[in-house]
Parts: sequence; C-alpha cells; structure tokens
Amino acid sequence: MAYARDLGAIRALIASHKRWDMLFGICGLLALMIGVLTFTALFVDMAIDGIPRLNWDFFTNFPSRHASQAGILSAWVGSCLVMLVTAFFAVPLGVGAGVYLEEYAPKNWLTDVIEINITNLAGVPSIVYGLLALGLFVYQFGLGQSILSAGLTLALLILPVVIVATREAVRAIPQGIREAAYALGGTQWQVCKDHIIPYSSAGILTGVIIGMARAIGETAPVITIGALTFIAFLPAAPISAQPPFVSLEWVMSPFTVMPIQMFNWTSRPEAAFLQNAAAAGFVLVFMTLAMNGLAIWLRYRLRKNIKW
Amino acid sequence: MTARLAYRRSRILRERAIELTLFFAAMVSVFTTVGIVYILVKESVVFFQQVPLWDFLTDTQWTPLFDDAHFGIMVLLSGTLTSSAVALAIAIPLGTIIAIYLSEFAAFSVREVAKPFLELLGGVPTIVYGYFALLFVAPILQWFYPALPGFSLLSAGIVMGIMIVPYVASISEDAMRAVPMSLREGSYAMGATRYQTAVKVVVPAAFSGIAAAYILGISRAIGETMILAVAAGMQPNLTFNPLEPAATITAYIVQVALGDLPHGSVGYQTIFAAGLTLMLFTLACNIAGHILRKSFREAY
Repeated sequence: MAYARDLGAIRALIASHKRWDMLFGICGLLALMIGVLTFTALFVDMAIDGIPRLNWDFFTNFPSRHASQAGILSAWVGSCLVMLVTAFFAVPLGVGAGVYLEEYAPKNWLTDVIEINITNLAGVPSIVYGLLALGLFVYQFGLGQSILSAGLTLALLILPVVIVATREAVRAIPQGIREAAYALGGTQWQVCKDHIIPYSSAGILTGVIIGMARAIGETAPVITIGALTFIAFLPAAPISAQPPFVSLEWVMSPFTVMPIQMFNWTSRPEAAFLQNAAAAGFVLVFMTLAMNGLAIWLRYRLRKNIKW
Repeated sequence: MTARLAYRRSRILRERAIELTLFFAAMVSVFTTVGIVYILVKESVVFFQQVPLWDFLTDTQWTPLFDDAHFGIMVLLSGTLTSSAVALAIAIPLGTIIAIYLSEFAAFSVREVAKPFLELLGGVPTIVYGYFALLFVAPILQWFYPALPGFSLLSAGIVMGIMIVPYVASISEDAMRAVPMSLREGSYAMGATRYQTAVKVVVPAAFSGIAAAYILGISRAIGETMILAVAAGMQPNLTFNPLEPAATITAYIVQVALGDLPHGSVGYQTIFAAGLTLMLFTLACNIAGHILRKSFREAY
C-alpha cells in the first residue's frame, strides 16, 4: 500500500516538473514574441505614418521650412558619400589588420596589446568616437566639419567589425591551402594575395556589409563632429565633363546624413514634420534591414557551399 | 647570377614592406585608443583648470551655459544611471530567458529563424528606436499612467532595454551552446528535466559568458545616445525617478554639439569632461567583464 502511495507521489512530482518545463517553454516563446511584436509595432507604426509621404519628390527635394515640400535629397546623397569614404578607409585597413593578425603577427606582447585593444574598442560608446573626431580630425588636423571627417570617424567605428570578420574568415581556411602555396615557392604575400584573401572574400564581405549597415544608422558621432541639420545644396559632383574629370572637392564639403535629418524632424513639435521623420525612418530601416539581410543570406550561402 | 640575386633581394624587400604596411593597418586600432585618451584627457585638463574636480563631483546643479555656471556631473550621471537601470531591468530578464529558450528548449527550426531575426533587431538604427520611444511607447505608457510627461526616462529606458535584448540574448546563447553536451547528458541521466538541466547545470557552467553579456549590455546602456536625446528630454535633472524627464551624459553632448559653441570655450570643454566620465564608466565595465571572464571561466 505504502509502495503505491510512493509511486503516486513520484508521479505527481514528475508531473509537476514537467509542468515547469512547459511553463518555461511558454515563457521563452513569450519573451521571443515580445521582441517580434515590438519590431512589428515599430515597423508598422512608421509605415502607417511615413508611407503616404514617400513619393518621388520626397527623394528629390531639399529640406524645407514647409513640411510638405521637405525632402531627403541632401540627406541620402550625404549618407552615400560618407559611406563611400568610410568604405574607402575601413575596408583596406580592416582587411589588412585582420590578415596581419592571422597570418603575420608574431606571438608577442605587442600582438596581445593589439588584440585586447580591438576587443575593447568594440565596447567604446559611439559618441566617444565623435568626441575623438571633433578634437582630432575637425580641429587638430583641420579637416573641418566635412564629409571626410565623418567618413573617417565612421571608418574607425566599424573597423573592429571588419577586423573580426576578416579574422574569422581567414581562420576558416585550412592549413593545407597555405602549405600547398608555399610548396610551390610562393612568398607570404603571394599566398595572402592569391589565396587567403580571395578565399575569405565572402566572409569579409559579410562583415563589411554589417559594419556599413551600422555606420549608415549612426547618428551620435556624426552630430558630435558638427554635421549641419539643414543643408539645401549638394556637394560638388565627383565626376565632371571637363578635365581633370574627377574632382575630390566633395570630400571637404559640409553635409547632412539620413539619421540626422530624421533626428531634426523628430525633435520638431509639428505633426507634419513627424510624418517626414517617419518616412525618413522608414527609408533608413529599409536600407539597414536590406543590408543586414544580405549579409545574413551571404553567410548562410557560405556555410552551405563551403567545401574544402 | 647577380640578376637573380638582385631579384631575390628586391623580393625580400617587397615582402618586408608589405608586412610593415599590414602591421600599420593593425596598429590603427591602437592609435585610435591613444587618440581617444589623448583628446579626452587634453581637453579635460583645460576644463579642470577652470572647474575644480571637487565641484565637478559634488555640485548638485548642471548649468554650464548659464551666467551662474555650475558643473555637477552628478546631475547628468543620475539620468544615465536611472535610464540604464530601467533598460537593464528589461534587457537582462528578457535576454536571459530568450537565450535559455533558444539554447535548451527551442526546436532547431525555431532557432534557425530566431537568431537572424535577433540580429536584424540589433541592426535597427538607434534614432529609429528613439522615434519609436517618443511617438509610440510614451503615448501607450501615458494611457496607463496619464501623469507621465511626454519625455521620460521610463519610455526611453524601456525602448533601450528592448534594443539591448538581442545583444544579451545572442552572447548568452553562444556561451550556453559552448557548454559541452556531456554535462547535459549527465544531468538528464540523473532524471533531471530540461528546466532543471538548464537552470542548475547549463547556466552555472556558462556563467562567465552570461556575465560578459550582461556587462556588454550595461556598457551599451550607458553609452546609448540617440534614444535618450530624442525621448528623455534634454533638461538636466538630478533625479532617480524614471517617471521624470532628465538629460544624460550622452544627451548633453549631443545638445552641445547641435548648438554652435566656439572652439575652446568652457562649454566646449565640458563635453570632453563629460565624455571622459562616460569613457571611465564603460572602461570599468569592460575591465570588470574581462576579470569575470577570466576568473569564472570553466575549463572543459
């Protein structure tokens, strides 16, 4: 009799533990749902407010005092140009640093310092990069509040992302590839240039895209260096019909970028400008989501197709 | 023979030059850190020559741009700490539960969808979250609690918490996934349920990684700028009440940068002193995280 009662107690215990399992599973799903719901709310809320403003004029008009005529022309052109400068500096520096750390670096204290430093830099708040740029690029180097200053700042900001992605991609290449290349008499640089970098390029690209998606949405450092919020002209065109055809005048031009334009509109009380902010935000989210999505898809393809 | 030797020498020279170039690329990150410290300290030294350090730490007013200037960093720090506390109260429980769920409970297909989704959520620009906090979350909160002002640390903090969830969840999950399968198998063999295994075996084993995730979350919250600049108001306010509006260190820097203060004025230097304070806080977090990772690491 006592045996049966014990059995009943044990069964009850098991059942209660199973209930805990269920309960926690539901909690987990709920927590995930909160994330999903927030994201949906954010996207839908902005779409409802913003999409009516999205038309051709919105992309081809300069900002204006009249909300209905205001557009994001100078903002998206500015964002594109800043991204160009950012990529120009961040990609070679990041890839170079990543390849150095994986392929060249000797095991010594200096390498340790570089590695710890990169980890720490990833944790520095973005606005501190803005202060660095304000003190160093804008005043010390005299670059002013230009596209070049902003591009350099954002390049430094995303450098850790590019370096980490490069290192991971390089590390995934089997040692045999290097040995084969060395066996044929290649120098270290030839091995890197003809084998390591090409084979890791998809992984590097993923990191670069994620970094650029982050840079395009960064507001704080760009405001800190003193980007203007009201720009009603475009920088000088980089390509012209007369010789010398290519001009670099645009890098020193004042500018504004998409997130700053959105911030400017968000901080106004009039509802019409808030609509503009929603529309600009929608474009911005669309761009970053597209870039991040592309990177995730690339990584997925890479994982599936890799065969050494 | 000499031609070949010359060729070889030039080849070695080129190799050395390339190695040096790559080395400099790697050193750029070190130069960046040195640059940050140099700029912050240089401008702060000038600032502290005009404002005694003691006043900076103990004054209870922050009015650097008024005639009667006061520089009490406590005022800005209270906003930063309060909003961070709200954010962490959301991000840590949610992030941990999501991480445990994804690592121990979820089916493979759920994880395959949820992980990239969390990554996307982490990629949304913070200015967009700011807009969301001001124009979506704040009105909803006001509906529950009508006395809440339009700008408040609460609405900014909640959205900031949601912004941090993906970071905490993703790093914690990685740490839990790294716990060897044999520990779980041992636990299951003793008759433990999934929940017991997750909470009593996997989480303690992955503790160093989870703690590192929390610390990253804290330093994100302290350094977050745009959500607070948009949704928490820019009025300095010495308060630990999340229902009030208040400026944070980061929001103050943005506010000053938006105006045009002349280069070299005290107002200009305050943002570097404020930035130095911010930097010291995040540095402390980073070091704490490093120590935690080192001392609690379980070797398998």
